[in-house]
Amino acid sequence: MSLLAIFVLAAGTFAFRIAGPLLADRFEFSESVQAWTTHAATVLLAALIATSTLVQDGEFAGWARLGGVGLAVVLVALRAPFPVVVIAAAAATAGLRQLGVG
Amino acid sequence: MRSVWRTVDVKRARVITLLCIADAVVALSFGAICVGGGLEWWIPVVLSLVVFAGGAQFAAVGTVLAGGSAAAAVATGLLLNTRLLPFSVSVADVIKGGSPLRQAFGAHIVTDETVALALAETDAERRRDVFWACGVSLFVCWNLGVAVGAVAGARIGDTDAFGLDAAFPAVLVAIVLPSLTGTRVRLSAAVGSAVAVLSTPFLAAGLPVLTSLVGLVALVRRPSRVRG
Repeated sequence: MSLLAIFVLAAGTFAFRIAGPLLADRFEFSESVQAWTTHAATVLLAALIATSTLVQDGEFAGWARLGGVGLAVVLVALRAPFPVVVIAAAAATAGLRQLGVG
Repeated sequence: MRSVWRTVDVKRARVITLLCIADAVVALSFGAICVGGGLEWWIPVVLSLVVFAGGAQFAAVGTVLAGGSAAAAVATGLLLNTRLLPFSVSVADVIKGGSPLRQAFGAHIVTDETVALALAETDAERRRDVFWACGVSLFVCWNLGVAVGAVAGARIGDTDAFGLDAAFPAVLVAIVLPSLTGTRVRLSAAVGSAVAVLSTPFLAAGLPVLTSLVGLVALVRRPSRVRG
């Protein structure tokens, strides 16, 4: 991977990241537009949860990961503290793999 | 100098610390995988500093190590990062202000984690401080982790064995789920997630997540309620 390729990827990525603030400079976002962008980001994050839980390299990511993230959902619903949620999810997934769950 | 930690309390600091630890371990493995795959040590280090997006970095290096061209690696990484555009719009108010350099760095630390944490806050000042505290911390931990992994070069091993692949979605679950209040928002998130997952066999990596935006139609209200 050449330095040129790295910097093209970096420049493109930065363009996506600076676009928001630049657009906000040019246009005064109304309250309703701001509410929409917040909702859009929330929906994107929810979809990111779904795809990163279920999909790996275009295929089903396996029951172990799904089990761990499922436990995280239950723990969040029970209002467990953040470290408990994340560590339990990772530990459950690792444990399921130890037991031979894919 | 004004401290971003002013309104970041113990609870939020604990969240950020745990994020840093998890990211540092993944970063270690990224550096080690790159060097183990035959890339020179500086490639993952520079890549992490200037791209600073874990998913895109793994995808780009994975493409190259699998024998793909540099152009394919760049295209894959960019597709994965397209979601950063709507993300940067959603946290624009947090990034804006200060010198151009500060604003540029604020944009550079737009990631899934910083956006999720910022949007979970209702108070504008706290939103800004949480975003910056998390972003700067993650930037340091991620890049240190990659550098150590690349230079140590040792096999860190398969992070899947520690269940770390479940940690990323679990982090987002913990941050995002409480903000899914109201039937319409929940419905749009559910519809969007389903569309994203179902479209993965048909679209290039990165695009399925964007298709989730069709879920926003669940939020459309009658015209009389839209403010101008």
